[in-house]
Amino acid sequence: MARVVVDVRLKSEILDPQGRAVQGSLVRLGLGKVSNVRQGKQFVIDLDGDVNDETLKKLHELAGNLLSNPVIEDYELRVEKA
Amino acid sequence: MSMDTVKIASETPDVKQPYLDLGVKDDEYARIREILGRRPTNSELAMYSVMWSEHCSYKSSKVHLQQFGEKKPKSDAMLVGIGENAGVVDIGDGWAVTFKVESHNHPSFVEPYQGAATGIGGIVRDILSMGARPVAVMDPLRFGPADAKDTARVLPGIIAGVGGYGNCLGLPNIGGEVVFDPSYLGNPLVNALCVGTMRHEDIHLAKASVIGNRVILFGAATGGDGIGGVSVLASETFEDGGPAKRPSVQVGDPFMEKLLIECTLEVLHAGLVEGIQDLGGAGISCATSELASNGTGGMHVWLDRVPLRDHTLSPEEILMSESQERMCAIVPPENVAKFMEICQKWEVVATDIGEVTDTGRLVIEWHNEIIVDVPPRTVAHDGPVYERPYHRPVWQDALQADSPSKLARPTTVSELRETILKMTAAPNLASKRWVTDQYDRYVLGNTILSQPEDSGMVRVDETTGRGVAVSTDCNGRFAKLDPYNGAKLALAEAYRNVSTTGAVPLAVTNCLNFGSPEDPEVMWQFSEAVRGLADGCLEMNTPVTGGNVSFYNQTGNVAILPTPVVGVLGVIDDVERRTGMAWQEDGDLIYLLGETSDDFAGSEWAHEIHAHLGGLPPKIDLQKEMQLSQILVAASRDGLINAAHDVSEGGAMQTLVEMAIRSGIGARLWVPDNLDPFVFAYAESATRAVVVVPRSEETRFTEMCNARGFANTRIGVVDSMLADEQVLSIDNVWNETLVLPISELSKKHFETLPALFGPTVG
Repeated sequence: MARVVVDVRLKSEILDPQGRAVQGSLVRLGLGKVSNVRQGKQFVIDLDGDVNDETLKKLHELAGNLLSNPVIEDYELRVEKA
Repeated sequence: MSMDTVKIASETPDVKQPYLDLGVKDDEYARIREILGRRPTNSELAMYSVMWSEHCSYKSSKVHLQQFGEKKPKSDAMLVGIGENAGVVDIGDGWAVTFKVESHNHPSFVEPYQGAATGIGGIVRDILSMGARPVAVMDPLRFGPADAKDTARVLPGIIAGVGGYGNCLGLPNIGGEVVFDPSYLGNPLVNALCVGTMRHEDIHLAKASVIGNRVILFGAATGGDGIGGVSVLASETFEDGGPAKRPSVQVGDPFMEKLLIECTLEVLHAGLVEGIQDLGGAGISCATSELASNGTGGMHVWLDRVPLRDHTLSPEEILMSESQERMCAIVPPENVAKFMEICQKWEVVATDIGEVTDTGRLVIEWHNEIIVDVPPRTVAHDGPVYERPYHRPVWQDALQADSPSKLARPTTVSELRETILKMTAAPNLASKRWVTDQYDRYVLGNTILSQPEDSGMVRVDETTGRGVAVSTDCNGRFAKLDPYNGAKLALAEAYRNVSTTGAVPLAVTNCLNFGSPEDPEVMWQFSEAVRGLADGCLEMNTPVTGGNVSFYNQTGNVAILPTPVVGVLGVIDDVERRTGMAWQEDGDLIYLLGETSDDFAGSEWAHEIHAHLGGLPPKIDLQKEMQLSQILVAASRDGLINAAHDVSEGGAMQTLVEMAIRSGIGARLWVPDNLDPFVFAYAESATRAVVVVPRSEETRFTEMCNARGFANTRIGVVDSMLADEQVLSIDNVWNETLVLPISELSKKHFETLPALFGPTVG
């Protein structure tokens, strides 16, 4: 069994209103040193069997198109348990 | 290579610049050099390239759009005309209304949700910069075939974007259009309209005419949004092989916009501001050059003071950035402290970035180096003007000769019944509830009418009940068959829709969506449509208050249907007396107003059943249209009608079906003796409406029509007791009676969009 984790975040140059709101709250709640907050989402995908090159290719394809919106988002993919 | 400055530009006249990549033509580049007497700096080149683009300079359309000024009707209602951010119309009692429609077509194709959302954000700031409080939005939308794959990609995102931004902002969405046609596949049209209200004394203009006044940028920080194209220049200023490719899409933040609205209205009402301008396309370049050239002509800006979200941005990129939710104000120095205090209250970041000067030059500094030194008028107003060649398309005659008369028509009761059920469910005629249910239509509590009524209506004055009604319309098929009359038909339909609800039409805005202006045949469509609209507005005494042109809506050589969307705004002295579309009282009489002919060219029936487009569109007589309007408004004022609904796409049958579904009550109808049942049902002759008249008012109503020589035919009576369930029963259909249960019509009408796009939440 393998676990694949995909992190999706807005591209760094894209405005992140939600991150900005969190930043405002952190400052208001007394954490005075926040210069930037970016939020995103994480997909944890458990696979039956191992991750081979072909599966990985397919995963990247899905992460880049289905799990993230390539126009405004970037993703990072890592295999946690092989 | 380090930063490009005016000094460097003067010393290195021969440096090659990538102007072609920025869309600047050879002769345009030569003209920039001539204006400046040297080569432009990269920042100057960026400014000229974007301000002289089709989108900002209207270089292809200007020569035609002049007609809206030349043929301007003499109307006392116009307080501010074309050329400002939006026109302003007097609606009485000291109230003024501003409204405008703009396109956000291409961004919505690339990123449907954010493209549509920022379309709303942009038009709202346009209205705000006139000093008006935005009170409602509307969205005329056009997509490829309803069952096309790309429609399934763009439509849900666009609808969600319109809803998401508008709902968060707390603005009701009171109407618009959703139209499907193969020509919009790959070129969806997202037009956004906003209406704002204000007192006469609150009108503000974009100018900077007092020397020493401060230039204050307020709102969101500037990031790398929407500057894809300018990266060409930026890449020269980075040493590590160029920056990451900048995205061409912008992301909006409606909550920031809400703060910006309240903050802007407060500083305006406090009298702290001399001039104000929103930042939309071309960002700071546009705002500074326009404010300066509308005033003294001089301005000095310290660009490094602009608050940034992304510190890697080059000055060229900062000038071009289309980051959302920003405004620029011209503030007398003595008011700056108070201005900043109000901004702080609303958590809006405000920065003094420059001052108004008497130099006649727009000078921009970046860390003590001059990077821009230009006459602002040459950037903002004296852009290139093209007299693009145009000619009647070679295929136009053949298209007009291809009459729909040869198409097979229903000739029996069962065939007509089948046609009615099909048409009721056709994507263009089916209920748009799936769309409009995602919009908040009632927030602010002043919405009187919204979709599916003929026009959206909001109350402006809560004491007197004075309100405005707005409708947008365009049948692109009519415009393709005959752009001149197609534009007049679009105007007539929007004018009629406003009148149908009981409001008096006052003024017009437009969003002209066309293919490439470099195609002489498209240019002909454009010139004819503008001529038709200008002639029509003159004849109907409704001035054009402003508008927007969107070119290059085409895939390869195939342009979209010419789509001159026309928005008409009307005033109603008391919204209590508006006319709705649902009939209510048993025994009320149903009248068809206007004359019906065998008009099927460009009709919904020809499109839906036969996928046919050819022939000549219905004849349009604007004098008759104005008579119909007077009848509808007078009947509303004198209480002579209980309901009314315009007849357009889908003919009289669609109108009657919609009225029945809306009311849930049946009616007995009959086909007039002089009409073929099918022609009665689906012909799309212009200048018609269905009205519902209480029996007690029948004589007064028909006398009013007859006195004006306006055709009126009794075609039915509201009747809830025809059968066990509510039915539309139609007599005299080839000597038989056609009975349609409203429940069956309703099912057809409502199931189409959910079947295509899935259920919605909420």
